[in-house]
Amino acid sequence: MNFDDNPEEAAYRAEVRAWIEGNAPDLSVLTAEERRTWHPAHKEAARQWQVVKADAGYACISWPREWGGSGGTNIQEAIFNQEEARAGVQFTYFMTGLHFLLPALLEHNQDELTLSLIPSAVRGDKIWCQLFSEPSSGSDSAGARCAAVRDGDDWVINGQKVWNSGAQASDYGLLLTRTNPDVPKHKGLTVFWVDMTTPGLEVRPIKMMSGDAELNEVFLTDVRIPDCQRVGEIDGGWAVVISTLMNERAALGSGTGLSWRDVMALARQTPSWEGTVMDDPAFREWFADYYIRTEAVRLTSFRTLSSLSRGEAPGPESSAGKLLWSNSTQDMSSQAVDLLDMSGLLVDAEDAAANGAFQHRFLWAPGLRLGGGTDEILKNVIAERVLGLPGDVRLDKGVPFREIPSGR
Amino acid sequence: MNFDYTDEQKSLKDEARRFLAAVSPLTAVRAVLEEPGIGHDPALWKRICEQGWCGAAIPEGYGGLGMGYVDLCALAEELGRSLAPVPFASTIYQFAEALVIAGNEEQKQRLLPLVSAGEIIGTLAASEGPGVLRSDALKVRYVDGKLSGTKVPVIDGLAANWAIVLAASDEGSVLVLVDLSQGSVQREVVATLDPTRGAARIHFDGAAGEVIGQAGQGAQLLARVQDHAAVLLAFEQVGGADRCLEMARDYALERYAFGRQIGSYQAIKHKLADMFIANEVGRANAYYGAWALSTQAPELPLAAAAARVAASAAYWQASKENIQTHGGIGFTWEADCHLFYRRARHLGLVVGAPRDWKRRLATRIEQQVAAEGIAA
Ligand SMILES: Cc1cc2nc3c(=O)[nH]c(=O)nc-3n(C[C@H](O)[C@H](O)[C@H](O)COP(=O)(O)OP(=O)(O)OC[C@H]3O[C@@H](n4cnc5c(N)ncnc54)[C@H](O)[C@@H]3O)c2cc1C
Repeated sequence: MNFDDNPEEAAYRAEVRAWIEGNAPDLSVLTAEERRTWHPAHKEAARQWQVVKADAGYACISWPREWGGSGGTNIQEAIFNQEEARAGVQFTYFMTGLHFLLPALLEHNQDELTLSLIPSAVRGDKIWCQLFSEPSSGSDSAGARCAAVRDGDDWVINGQKVWNSGAQASDYGLLLTRTNPDVPKHKGLTVFWVDMTTPGLEVRPIKMMSGDAELNEVFLTDVRIPDCQRVGEIDGGWAVVISTLMNERAALGSGTGLSWRDVMALARQTPSWEGTVMDDPAFREWFADYYIRTEAVRLTSFRTLSSLSRGEAPGPESSAGKLLWSNSTQDMSSQAVDLLDMSGLLVDAEDAAANGAFQHRFLWAPGLRLGGGTDEILKNVIAERVLGLPGDVRLDKGVPFREIPSGR
Repeated sequence: MNFDYTDEQKSLKDEARRFLAAVSPLTAVRAVLEEPGIGHDPALWKRICEQGWCGAAIPEGYGGLGMGYVDLCALAEELGRSLAPVPFASTIYQFAEALVIAGNEEQKQRLLPLVSAGEIIGTLAASEGPGVLRSDALKVRYVDGKLSGTKVPVIDGLAANWAIVLAASDEGSVLVLVDLSQGSVQREVVATLDPTRGAARIHFDGAAGEVIGQAGQGAQLLARVQDHAAVLLAFEQVGGADRCLEMARDYALERYAFGRQIGSYQAIKHKLADMFIANEVGRANAYYGAWALSTQAPELPLAAAAARVAASAAYWQASKENIQTHGGIGFTWEADCHLFYRRARHLGLVVGAPRDWKRRLATRIEQQVAAEGIAA
């Protein structure tokens, strides 16, 4: 075990650190407002950075060259990500495509058409979104109803998707459909990739409680998709879903957003009974607890990395990282708002401490505990898949999909 | 000993619930959310004033109904439950209580009848910037009868006609009564986590004000006012937390996942049971606070701090786990869950954050134990 860089890693780190310093976009020219994710100026800065990275071979470091990657190691990619985070130039727009969806897509399809989709994604010119959840099936992704019916060389799709992050700005989606309702639910699913401009596909943004609108509903009415856009086998879609969900939990489990350093800076600048909040013994105790949890997320992601570099897929244990990250983030945002006392109520960038970043996090935090697998589902995964405890009594097992009780 | 509302109080509470359900549905709260403006619903405020609720606990000699604090607690619980977007807490729990506690006879005669009649909106302005309120480091100053400096955020600061302001003076901290309609008072809206409760930044530029209570005693008087407010706010918090639990239960009954009602999963059952327990902790401590407040018992400072700590924790837990129970729907602007998440934090901060009240509570427990030692 060694958390230090070995000599090659250290050399690589020095190289990318220097390169990032010389090439990273200067976000300080943006206003606080413009620095928020999905602001057009922010998105454009992210896209340009992606192009610069792609040209230098830093966009998809660990991907094989045939996929348009650099054929590097996962460790190198992780080092690059750490250095990006350190320089404050990490963006989330391309994460869904590059980290969750495309690796799963390429695992199942390696034809020329599929490979042709990759360069534009790597360069940040095209954005991908995940079209799995539906009004009646979120946790239960295998309960998808969105129907795909074969018609010659095409499939005709009818149904509705929901909670699709970034779909409003996406060019492509990975779509989960039901191709057979007469078999148990996991056995009648098929995945397609779809161009978001296909006729019959309509995206409607959903305003979230934070006031942002980066989740969407997607309506599909007689959308025709050629069979060559099918991912994996007919009725074999569940395998594709599993690959993406595992990638997603592993990526979310590596943690993003405000860090303990930001919390510490806030505590140091906020007056308390004596000195600053950082001097308050009760705060220090909480901070110590918070630190070990967020560090555990980071350090566990290194372990995941070690298993990835041995060629293993991210396993169910990455659920723990995602749970820890989302819950400690909610706790942290709550603490941060409280330590400001009444001023913690202020939300506008001009009025609020740290430009309102903690308040914005506070209003976002509930979503972190839901997206990418809810707390309850992830705990079930740990209990059943890691610890080997028996599963819940299932009313939907072995039952043809159309006979499963569904409430509303 | 009777640790419950009387039958009359129960029927007052039922009546208040029916009334608020009719005049303050969540659609009314949402209307303020969408168009915050001054941060409340003036038409609704008028109707609530017409009910006479403003004077519920104000003595009859000052135009109130003199019903007592437990009745006011019952109303607070219903107001909290309904999320009524009105300046009731600022005007009644803080401004009026400050007058009752610290005002002289003339000040009470002049202002409490107006409060009782719903003719004025009042507020209390203490906070000046990030961090716990420190009365030894106030920047707003009161010199020669004039106030100068900035208070932010002041809840209902834009709608209020009068404010009681904590300021520094040559004699030490002081509470100052200020008419906010003067030209030397400038106010601007500030956006907060709960847009359904308005807030402002108020600049005083030599505004005329009169002392409330004794100069030099401002911080001590404020602490007493906050004890009263903490008990009353605890009832709003418990009312809101109960509503969250009901919403979560109703949804858990109707929503299906994996072919079963989500309420049939132990993860959800235990979550709701934990919310219930936290709410009972909040309620038990709030009731004790109501008793201490209504009898002006020596235990009031302790009971008020306990009520505030317990009710703030309950509402936080209930509001966030209600969202969690609702899944993706709960995270939308469209769903009502976030109205409670926002209000929970608003109420949890308005008279100081729980971390401050936990310290007060521990100190007051020590004081009470020390006093018992002397008595024994
Ligand atoms: C910020 C965010 C981003 C998202 N991004 C995407 C995206 O890009 N693409 C996409 O397809 N989807 C996305 N989702 C959807 C997300 O995956 C679902 O919202 C989530 O899985 C929950 O589904 P649901 O809303 O239907 O809740 P439900 O499944 O109805 O769950 C309701 C409650 O019941 C609990 N529950 C359900 N089943 C069980 C069980 N077996 N045992 C115990 N408790 C249970 C849940 O934990 C939850 O508390 C996103 C959601 C959010 C909030």
